[in-house]
Amino acid sequence: MNSVIFLTIVLLALSSYFFGRKKAILIQSNKRLTALPKFYGYYLAIWCGAPAFLLYALWSIFEPSIVRFFILSDYSSQGLLEGELNLFYEKVKSLSRNQYSGELTAELQRSAEKYLNFRDIAKWSKVVIVLSLLIASTGYAYTKISNNTKTREPVEIFLKGVFFLSSLAAILTTIGIIFSLLFQTIEFFQVIPLFDFVFGMHWYPAKAFVRDASEALDPSMYSDTFGAVPIFAGTFFIAFIAMCVAIPIGLLSGIYMAEYASKRLRQYAKPVIEILAGIPTVVYGFFAALTVGPFLKDLGLSLGLEVSAESALAAGGVMGIMIIPFISSLSDDVITSVPQNLRDGSYAMGATKSETIKRVIIPAALPGIVGSILLGVSRAIGETMIVVMASGLAANLTLNPLESTSTITAQIVVILIGDQQFGDPKTQAAFALGLSLFIVTLVLNIVALSVVKKYREKYE
Amino acid sequence: MNKEERLIKRYKAEKRFQFYGKAAIFMALLFLVVFLTKIFSTGYTAFQKTWLVIPVNYNADLLYLDPDKKPTTEDINDADFYEFGIETFITLDPDASEDQIMELKKMFAFTFERELKYYLLDNPDSFGKTVDVKLTASDDLDQVFKGNYPRDIPENRRRASDYQLKIFDKLNEDGRVISEFNASFFTNADSREAELAGIASSFMGSLFSILVCLSIAFPVALLAAVYLEEFAPKNRFTDFIEVNINNLAAVPSIVFGLLGLGVLLAVFGLPRSTPLVGGITLSLMTLPTIIIAARASLKAVPPSIREAALAMGASRMQTTMHHTVPLALPGTLSGTIIGLAQALGETAPLILIGMVAFVNTIPGTPMDPAASLPVQIYIWAESAERGFVEKVSACIMVLLFFLIFMNLGAQLIRHKFEKKWN
Repeated sequence: MNSVIFLTIVLLALSSYFFGRKKAILIQSNKRLTALPKFYGYYLAIWCGAPAFLLYALWSIFEPSIVRFFILSDYSSQGLLEGELNLFYEKVKSLSRNQYSGELTAELQRSAEKYLNFRDIAKWSKVVIVLSLLIASTGYAYTKISNNTKTREPVEIFLKGVFFLSSLAAILTTIGIIFSLLFQTIEFFQVIPLFDFVFGMHWYPAKAFVRDASEALDPSMYSDTFGAVPIFAGTFFIAFIAMCVAIPIGLLSGIYMAEYASKRLRQYAKPVIEILAGIPTVVYGFFAALTVGPFLKDLGLSLGLEVSAESALAAGGVMGIMIIPFISSLSDDVITSVPQNLRDGSYAMGATKSETIKRVIIPAALPGIVGSILLGVSRAIGETMIVVMASGLAANLTLNPLESTSTITAQIVVILIGDQQFGDPKTQAAFALGLSLFIVTLVLNIVALSVVKKYREKYE
Repeated sequence: MNKEERLIKRYKAEKRFQFYGKAAIFMALLFLVVFLTKIFSTGYTAFQKTWLVIPVNYNADLLYLDPDKKPTTEDINDADFYEFGIETFITLDPDASEDQIMELKKMFAFTFERELKYYLLDNPDSFGKTVDVKLTASDDLDQVFKGNYPRDIPENRRRASDYQLKIFDKLNEDGRVISEFNASFFTNADSREAELAGIASSFMGSLFSILVCLSIAFPVALLAAVYLEEFAPKNRFTDFIEVNINNLAAVPSIVFGLLGLGVLLAVFGLPRSTPLVGGITLSLMTLPTIIIAARASLKAVPPSIREAALAMGASRMQTTMHHTVPLALPGTLSGTIIGLAQALGETAPLILIGMVAFVNTIPGTPMDPAASLPVQIYIWAESAERGFVEKVSACIMVLLFFLIFMNLGAQLIRHKFEKKWN
């Protein structure tokens, strides 16, 4: 039914375009047009399609919750819990589809009939109201074009409006992220004190078994379960290991590319190194778990060291490889944009190339390099799959790179993989972790971008 | 230290520094080479499949069918091919004990019933005769044949028993073990059995997700970029939008997964585990990438083009739609393809919206539950069976092939169609 309405609207809008254009050509025979005939067509088509479509979309969004409200209003006085009402409503819906297999009660049957009834009314009134709006708005637009009013300007304003709405998509996404994270996080902190989360030393989400919806929530059940210190420590520790690999290799290869490399080497080596950034992270994760982890373990055995097969070192090291191109490309760009006269001045004083680089170019490019490193750190903190696959999932509080640790991202995956139950502290904990991840990376990005921007302005 | 020595020292430092730079580039390239060789060397065997060709006697008595009448399709469909299969396997070693019969059975994939049945359905003439039939070898023997399993370790640490290996070697000597291109890897859906698992379902899942992602992200991003470059007044609000886009581009992908879970699934109630939700989530993620690319190529269109159009009496909107946007389209498209390639390789957000479910059917629409190629890699990588290791590597090869293909396509569009203005 919905797709039929949608298609009808689209078809009517399309045909009204041709109709409007034809009308314009008719008008043209005795009057001067205000715009090209096609704008008459656009004008009519927009008035035909847009209001009807808007109403149709709003209706489709709000219909389910309105029907739900009417059905459940019969039971609102009985003091039922939210969870029970939800359960009841799901039963009503499945009964109305004849898929219900549980115990039948008179209430349930009555509500299911009412539900079907409401859906029917809603369906037909939707068809009637949407179509009558379509006819009314098209009629309005038709009288307008018959009077030969301006059509190009309204059409362009409409298009501009659509463009503007599209540009809001980025803001809406940000709002959506903040809304979804914040909402769940606040609920989480109503059960688990913020202090316990930020300063607690034990993280065992497995202990918080999923609770039945009808059971009351007992905060004492979760004491000493959601202490995020080991997670935060693990995240920064693995990011640190990654940067230990990525900064020297990335920075040195960036410098070499910018200052020494021949044109040919630059032409070939640069894109090849950038392939490293294009490889999906799940592939790195597999590589770390299959090759690097066992390799480090064997190496450790031959040196008499106890190395876990899922060590922070394996995950961090492979993550570092992934980050190399971010740092090398950005620092290459930054170094290339250092003005030539700084170099010339240094050479004129008799400095060798490496001395110039170390004493003149790097200090001059430092803000940009720091910015690129910060962006790399933010990548490392937000990286998920490598850690999930290569560094184990138990949250150990350790500074030994040979043991396994876990990160914010890995714990989010651990908690949310499989079926989730909304409204459960365990699920909400993942959102709280997500919010902390979002904040940390946001701050890093803002700092990094503003540093790089300031640097660019300096030399432009 | 005199002047001369100091100079030598400085030159040595110069050489050293250059060496460090070269070493760093060499290391980065080495990682790439090691990485790719490892994936290819473990993965290429997955494109071969091992078959056991065994003599099968389609005897009417064994199938409980009437020997004098040619069986119809229905008769064959109703016949019990399990018992028939067991009887056939016993012919490989007539002296086999009870336990050994079970081991014989385990030399074949559990689909042997179906394979025996389809052979008879396809070749009704073989009824009552003894013919050679090609059956899928079990994962263990497949791996032994490909040399991925060591044979010289004690029996209790091996998956394939001594007895199975003895029979297998005998078959091999008779030329009854053959290796062919593994078409089922591309046509089968996921399976718990490594020898039967294929990428068809996850491939379709990826395809649908990318199509949904493209159909949302491309138009919205293009229009947003046009607004910001061509129409937006320079004020605080548009600055705010810009900052937003730049920050979104750097938000970790898993946060988009949380967004998909918390908004698309929980608030809008869209169906879980489907490419539709996956595609919407990915489109939000690729949106900033495409907007940034589109804005860059709109910026690259010289102002003289716009001025010329305006001077000819075109309105701002006409100038934009007829001149600026078409000229900026190649750059936008190549940016879009790069964004989609990123989305194609993304795993974490899809895991959160439930696209990790075990799906053994091939999805037909974006509303059916599915996995995607990277998620398939994750699922298989977490499986313990050795047979899945080569499958993972092969799946990675397929994924990398598509990524390379897309990136080359983006380059091609950029070089072929983009206008250079100087």
